[in-house]
Amino acid sequence: MIDVKNLSKSFGDHLVLDDISQHIHPGEKVVVIGPSGSGKSTFLRCLNLLELPSKGTITFQGTVITDPKVKIDQVRQQMGMVFQHFNLFPNMTIRKNITLAPVRTGLMKQEEADAQADALLQRVGLTDKADAYPSQLSGGQKQRVAIVRALAMKPQLMLFDEPTSALDPEMVGEVLDVMKELARDGMTMVVVTHEMGFAREVGSRVLFMADGKVLEEGPPAEIFGNPQHPRLKDFLSKVL
Amino acid sequence: MFQSLIDWLDRIGPRLQRAFLEGDRWKLYLQGLGTTLELTVIALIFGVLLGLIVAVIRSAHDQQRPGRRNPVLGILNVLCQIYTTVIRGTPMLVQLFIWTFVIFPSQRNKILVAFIGLGVNSGAYVAEIIRGGLMSVDAGQSEAGRSLGLSYFDTMRFIVIPQAFKNILPSLGNEFITLFKDTSLAQAIGGAEMLYYASTIGGRTFDYMPPLLGIAAMYLSVVIVFTWLQGKLERRLRESDRR
Repeated sequence: MIDVKNLSKSFGDHLVLDDISQHIHPGEKVVVIGPSGSGKSTFLRCLNLLELPSKGTITFQGTVITDPKVKIDQVRQQMGMVFQHFNLFPNMTIRKNITLAPVRTGLMKQEEADAQADALLQRVGLTDKADAYPSQLSGGQKQRVAIVRALAMKPQLMLFDEPTSALDPEMVGEVLDVMKELARDGMTMVVVTHEMGFAREVGSRVLFMADGKVLEEGPPAEIFGNPQHPRLKDFLSKVL
Repeated sequence: MFQSLIDWLDRIGPRLQRAFLEGDRWKLYLQGLGTTLELTVIALIFGVLLGLIVAVIRSAHDQQRPGRRNPVLGILNVLCQIYTTVIRGTPMLVQLFIWTFVIFPSQRNKILVAFIGLGVNSGAYVAEIIRGGLMSVDAGQSEAGRSLGLSYFDTMRFIVIPQAFKNILPSLGNEFITLFKDTSLAQAIGGAEMLYYASTIGGRTFDYMPPLLGIAAMYLSVVIVFTWLQGKLERRLRESDRR
């Protein structure tokens, strides 16, 4: 589904991603873990070109999206993204937050989008919040709405950038539950997270990143049960 | 000393009468006020449109990624920078004289020239105000918009600009007040606004004090009313935050 070849990214002289090649298959749940500053978020943000790679190519469903001629807005319509800080639009109601993109991009009419928003909100148990504003919601509710907002575009792939890191501990569960349900439904997901429990339970493949490289990858059972790389062993000893 | 004060007070009635009532002169003041307000509003609208264009060009340029810069945007950005630098770096009155005597020497309608001069001047300040407002909106907001597949302009229109507006409003109100008072400079190029009528009447009656104090009071009243309205609007917008 996504093919990443020799991806490098530097900010000034600082090399954040160092020659990464990865392939993400349809239906796969790839969980990216690693110490902070390892380049995990930058890697994720490169996938929908919120960061432009310095070198390398990214191919999404046969289209080389790193080509400057590609209409990036159309590509992004097929990739949902969930941010650490939710980034809901505070000037709109929850319903409007969810329907704005599908309507403006011509994916659906306002009535269809409204109906879909209600259905999605019901799925995450927030039906009564449709007419509320983001400032009236708790962190966990905001993040569930953010997930719904991304899903409203009917994406092929969902990117999660530390979706629970800004949440109070008691709200982490409700967001992870929504993500687990999404995973069960077969969504292709790339998740940057510090939630090792989630990685173990949901991940079909875990990437361990450090210093801009993928140092080790494999199924969660092996990454967590039988780590090879000393950096990974060290990392796991600190977080588990 | 006491006597001269009484004499002065004695004369004030006729002086006021000459300045404001004789020959229905009060109508001229109101006419002048009308022109002044018209000048302010039209110049501000012109200024806001111009400022919005300049601000969007400049922030679009600044948000480009290194290595993928659009050359057209680069040229526009340089033009915008020259515009704001020159306009903000030269006196308003000098600009008005240049518009009147250098650029449009044969234009008889001085109010029209004043519209252009004031509007272009205001645009440069409004551009910086709006740019500051756009920058005050968290970068995550436009990232969220773009990540959903919205275009740059839709993201600006629905997400960034409405949020920036609230932050811009106080400075924009100040700009309105500044512009309102600066319209008096149009008198120097023969624009028939409030100061023009006041000084004409002062010259005709050989008595400048009543008309000048009169229009000063008129300027002040408009500014006070406007400041009050602005405060009300801001309070209402803030309330919507707490919803």
